[in-house]
Amino acid sequence: MRNIFLFIRRYFNFLSFLSLQALALSFLFRYNKFHEAAFAGVANEVTGRINGQYNTVEYYFKLKKANESLVKENVALRDMLRSNYQQADTSQRLVVDSLRIDSLKPFQKYLYREAKVVGSFVTTQTNFITIHRGANQDVRADMAVIGPGGVVGRVVNTSANYATVMTMISRVFKVDGKLKNSNERGSISWDGQNPRFVQMRNIPKSVQVQKGDSVLTSELSSIFPPNIMIGTVDSVLNDPSTNFYNLRLKTATNFSTVQFVYVVQNKQLEEQINLEKATRNTNE
Amino acid sequence: MSDFVKHSVRALLFLLVQVFVLHKIPPLHQFVVPYIYFLFIIWLPFNTGRIWLMIIAFIYGLALDYFLMWPGLHAAACVLIAYLRPFLVNILIRQEGAEQSYGAPSINSMGWAPYSVLVFVLTLVHHGYLVFLEWLSFENFWYFLGKVGASTAVSLLLVLVTEMLFYRKEKFRTNM
Repeated sequence: MRNIFLFIRRYFNFLSFLSLQALALSFLFRYNKFHEAAFAGVANEVTGRINGQYNTVEYYFKLKKANESLVKENVALRDMLRSNYQQADTSQRLVVDSLRIDSLKPFQKYLYREAKVVGSFVTTQTNFITIHRGANQDVRADMAVIGPGGVVGRVVNTSANYATVMTMISRVFKVDGKLKNSNERGSISWDGQNPRFVQMRNIPKSVQVQKGDSVLTSELSSIFPPNIMIGTVDSVLNDPSTNFYNLRLKTATNFSTVQFVYVVQNKQLEEQINLEKATRNTNE
Repeated sequence: MSDFVKHSVRALLFLLVQVFVLHKIPPLHQFVVPYIYFLFIIWLPFNTGRIWLMIIAFIYGLALDYFLMWPGLHAAACVLIAYLRPFLVNILIRQEGAEQSYGAPSINSMGWAPYSVLVFVLTLVHHGYLVFLEWLSFENFWYFLGKVGASTAVSLLLVLVTEMLFYRKEKFRTNM
């Protein structure tokens, strides 16, 4: 017993070094579950506020780019208005659905809420952005976040007025995507190298892929609405040892300039999850 | 200004510069991540207890981690260099008792060469450990070396600039 105490006294520095390392590493290796880290909620509120202060300056310099992307998105949405599509042919008639839009409300699956980006980093291996909308404004963990360009990320943690979003350019982020032309599905992740490019895997070599093809979110993703732009094919890497292509995609969102995002809530997610859980339970 | 206030203000400034300047500039290259914040730990006074040095480094690193939302990463690297600093200082110190006569490690108190060796070794260790943790599954060894090398070079440049901009005159302490 005495020897143990002597040992502890002798190596006290080294032992405290080891324990602090262990503490730091235990924090670190739960990084994909940020909300479990100690004091995450409080730290989120504090860093969110400081980030917000900084953003009041930064935002001014990015106004032009933010405006441009919002206008572009508006144009794309206006393009889809029904009144833009009319045929000269009188034998075909445009029939207006008599259902009033309000009566469709109960069937709304995806609910969009706007949010201001107050802090963002693109220089680390797991990049997060902070948005100024939190639990008090109906943001919950695991909601999808999309920007004017396309997919941004997924909410991982919320405090009262702020939420942190793990962006697509994080090494632990995965999203299910599909090629717009062929509907071929593949999983998309980031290799940690260039913040403008992500990787898409599992595209069979039988599929025709060309540079510039669009990649959208697939219907299988439960948190992202389908057909949201992820990026465009930048280059096709042909690995001779497999039957699959590796695609390099240019992200639709420029993560260093994004200023406004939409938090998307899937209102039927709970129902889907419960059903899937029940099915799994009965099959076990 | 008391030492405590001075070092607190310094810690805050280093942290803000690191988060809002160095992590905001667009990445020049995938290898280059400039770091300056760890200079705070090198600049802590000689007479800080070794345990306290590590605890301060841990809290300081964790503060940066909460900004970057990756808890533990920088804290681990900071604790490591805080643990190694006293050993290096003991080896490198020029004359007997410089720890007692001067406040903190600087060019003035240690001399050019020992101080640069101290900064160089600690920077290298810090970046090596940081990149190692980031890339625990690194497939490409050259990537690891490249990133450590390039980041260390950029950081040393930043340290040099900081040392020149904020020249610290360490007072020679007498027994009075």
